[in-house]
Amino acid sequence: MSPDNYLYLAAILFTIGTIGVMIRRNALVAFMSVELMLNAANLAMVAFALARGGLDGQVATFFVMVVAAAEVVVGLSIIITIYRTRRSTSVDAANLLKL
Amino acid sequence: MIPLVTGQEVTFWIVAPLMVLGALGLLFLRKAVYAALSMAFVMVNLAVLYASLNAMFLTFVQIIVYTGAIMMLFLFVLMLVGVDTPDSVVETLKGQKVAAWLAGAGMLGLIVFGIGGSLAGGPQVGLDEANAAHGGNVESLAALIFGRHVFVFELTSALLITAAVGAMVLGQHARVRPKPTQRDLAEKRMREYAEDGVHPGTLPNSGVIARHNGIAVPALLPDGTVSEASVSQALAMRGVILDSPALSRTTAEAFEAIEGARAEEDES
Repeated sequence: MSPDNYLYLAAILFTIGTIGVMIRRNALVAFMSVELMLNAANLAMVAFALARGGLDGQVATFFVMVVAAAEVVVGLSIIITIYRTRRSTSVDAANLLKL
Repeated sequence: MIPLVTGQEVTFWIVAPLMVLGALGLLFLRKAVYAALSMAFVMVNLAVLYASLNAMFLTFVQIIVYTGAIMMLFLFVLMLVGVDTPDSVVETLKGQKVAAWLAGAGMLGLIVFGIGGSLAGGPQVGLDEANAAHGGNVESLAALIFGRHVFVFELTSALLITAAVGAMVLGQHARVRPKPTQRDLAEKRMREYAEDGVHPGTLPNSGVIARHNGIAVPALLPDGTVSEASVSQALAMRGVILDSPALSRTTAEAFEAIEGARAEEDES
């Protein structure tokens, strides 16, 4: 089986993640959509590793997971900090810099 | 020639639709908890795909790190900020949803026809040779991570420490006024006693009467009245404390009955 199907699946998941970031108003759900995009990129890399016969794609995926873990920790604490001051997790509520 | 259906293909065609459905759940489920659960579902399915792609190490890292740690962290934060925070349906920018869907469709086309067109169609080499180089998938990955990519690996440790410190700094909040000490509290009590005559001792216990002993029951004072100070303010505001006039009425009735019986005895 050629790796094309995996790439198409990754493209679909990445697109769904992008749309999720754009249309969801809840900051947590938007953040989960970012995670979905990272996962889609991971899937493409693992599929390429199998197709090209090298393990570098899997190593890169491993590093992406590490970075995602660190990013989630900081991102979630930012969301909690915003929630503490604004009492809302909606991305529309954080509009203090708006003219 | 009969097309050969491999286990990899069967796995893909079972798992891929489920993954797309779960991802769509992220878009359409109104409640954030449901979205988080469908996201966890997508991640477990992705681990299955990794297994079918000869990436056993990543399968387990995906389950442990993503599904186990990251999604549970999301769920914790959801519980922390309140699961029923309503997701507003008001569009701040007019026509933003439609524009987002159009942009998404355009991006899918761009990826599939632009990038995918130039990458797709190659033969699948397979990982057997690369895995066999060091005796297995995990061993070969270890040789790469601690060999060629060792510097990146060291940098990720710095990244993780920075993230942990950053989360602690963000999670901490400075006190606006200093915490009152026991001495401050005692002085405040005595000042209130001197100025307003508020009793400086401990408040009466709740519910020390014959029929009830819960914390929602106000205490009955020796003269038959009930003490509002004996129940928590929070319970009183929620309105879950037992009705104090009703409680004192039973006492009054009991007193009346005793008095009546006494009066009858006196008459006879």
